[in-house]
Amino acid sequence: MNLKEEISVISNSTVYDVEEIRNDFPILRTYVHDKPLVYLDNAATTQKPISVIQEAQKYYSTMNSNIHRGVHALSGVATEAYETARIKIKKFINALGKNEIIFTKGTTESINLVAQSYGRVNLQSGDEVIISQMEHHSNIVPWQLICNERNAKLKVIPINDEGEIIFEDFEKLITDKTKFVSVVYASNSLGTVNPVKKIIDLAHQNNIPVLLDAAQAVNHIPVDVQEIDCDFLAFSGHKLYGPTGIGILYGKVNLLDSMPPYQGGGDMISKVTFEKTTYNELPHKFEAGTPNIAGAIGLGKAIEYVSKVGIEKISIHEMNLLEYATEAVNLIPGLKIIGTSREKVGVLSFVLDNVHPHDIGTFLDFEGVAIRTGHHCTQPVMDHYNIPATSRASFAMYNTKEEIDVLVNGLKKIIEEFG
Amino acid sequence: MDQELRELYQEVILDHNKSPRNYRKMEDFTQDCEGYNPLCGDTIHVYLKVNEGIVTDVSFQGSGCAISKASASLMTSEIKGKTTEEAEEIFRNFQDLITGNLGKNPGKDDKLGKLAVFSGVQEFPVRVKCATLAWHTMNSALHENDRSVTTE
Repeated sequence: MNLKEEISVISNSTVYDVEEIRNDFPILRTYVHDKPLVYLDNAATTQKPISVIQEAQKYYSTMNSNIHRGVHALSGVATEAYETARIKIKKFINALGKNEIIFTKGTTESINLVAQSYGRVNLQSGDEVIISQMEHHSNIVPWQLICNERNAKLKVIPINDEGEIIFEDFEKLITDKTKFVSVVYASNSLGTVNPVKKIIDLAHQNNIPVLLDAAQAVNHIPVDVQEIDCDFLAFSGHKLYGPTGIGILYGKVNLLDSMPPYQGGGDMISKVTFEKTTYNELPHKFEAGTPNIAGAIGLGKAIEYVSKVGIEKISIHEMNLLEYATEAVNLIPGLKIIGTSREKVGVLSFVLDNVHPHDIGTFLDFEGVAIRTGHHCTQPVMDHYNIPATSRASFAMYNTKEEIDVLVNGLKKIIEEFG
Repeated sequence: MDQELRELYQEVILDHNKSPRNYRKMEDFTQDCEGYNPLCGDTIHVYLKVNEGIVTDVSFQGSGCAISKASASLMTSEIKGKTTEEAEEIFRNFQDLITGNLGKNPGKDDKLGKLAVFSGVQEFPVRVKCATLAWHTMNSALHENDRSVTTE
């Protein structure tokens, strides 16, 4: 059974009213160069439903105050809203406890937190960390930094031409020196959904903890941290229809407990003297300083919206769009899809003979179509395919087949122009 | 095609993109430089043969968008045979053109010749770097800077 069939089984309904969803996203009524906006850059960031936009206004108009420290009424209201958001996130990824949910700036900060805090204590000279060739730079550079500092070695699982991890090579890379595995759940430039359960099982057999970069997973497919048994999971709010500047680090409580603080400051302490400071309990130990309170509450609201629509239904809708788009672009002469894994989220990367992605991006912009062009912060992936860049269309819950038709017609026009 | 888009992608640009002039590796260059745009991953290698202060030959290789490739191609046509000082002046005028500063220096547009086809770039600030990569690389080669050039 493939991923789509698995998700179909748990989805309780097939009714999906995309027009009703679109009505909840004000920006989708925008015109670009006199054409209706066709927003297909969702892997960069998703648009926000009106409920999320209004929540930010509501917070600043009626609740704004600092959390966890004031005895006044507003501080209580803000603290309650912030902590309620944490519970929504805990439920969304099915964590065991709310103290396993750490608010961060985003996926990047979540990964840096683990690399710096866990890595500094647990990596010794000669130890090894394993990542894959399809990682976003944010799951490469933090590990390079800590490996350099600790004199540890970074090893890379290669990918095949379909853009899938070569699992046998992962098995071979594991040694008794391997102390950590950090891999992407779903690739932002290829769309590939990795066999994370298999990866985690094998790592755990060797007592190695695993971090999943789930920035492109939680918005596309149901994610259950207890079922997949990952040790850490990182994702961003803004790719999940929430605000920018807020993200999540999930970590198993025993691991988080054993880790030293990432940053020092207010809110992460229980007692400070000049001689000795004792740290606050989880999750506050990792949340130094005043956090992005409005962002956290907004993310809670976004998750409420996603859950109301149903992540399973969103998955199936996006996979249908991906199938439709894949079939359509495959008919375009000279077009090659980059990333042809059997299991993909709604990400379609491609190159076109004789037309550079930047020119495609500018032309499509004049058709009202927003896509991303470039290396997508995955230069090792580009190197694997020996290309400098790709064009990438990425889908969200509000996209339609008609929008994909606009994309495809735009591509045909470009080929005419560039001949 | 939209008028503004046509201004950017003029026929001359599309033609130079399709068949770039002087697109080859030079064996007997006197100076060269590699340019890189980290935002889009574009690379260019510019080769110069300078003899007694005159650019007697110029060529390039690399990958980039139509704007960047056409800009490199037209650049090679424009600076070949010029003195190094003239090449630098053309570079400065070209920069003024695509950043929209030419109006502040009246009279200079006469000297731009074929390069005037890039006037549409000023309406597309995100594409300015595409148009200037080859020029910065050439300028660096001219001054025999060993360092490679990036647009960032």
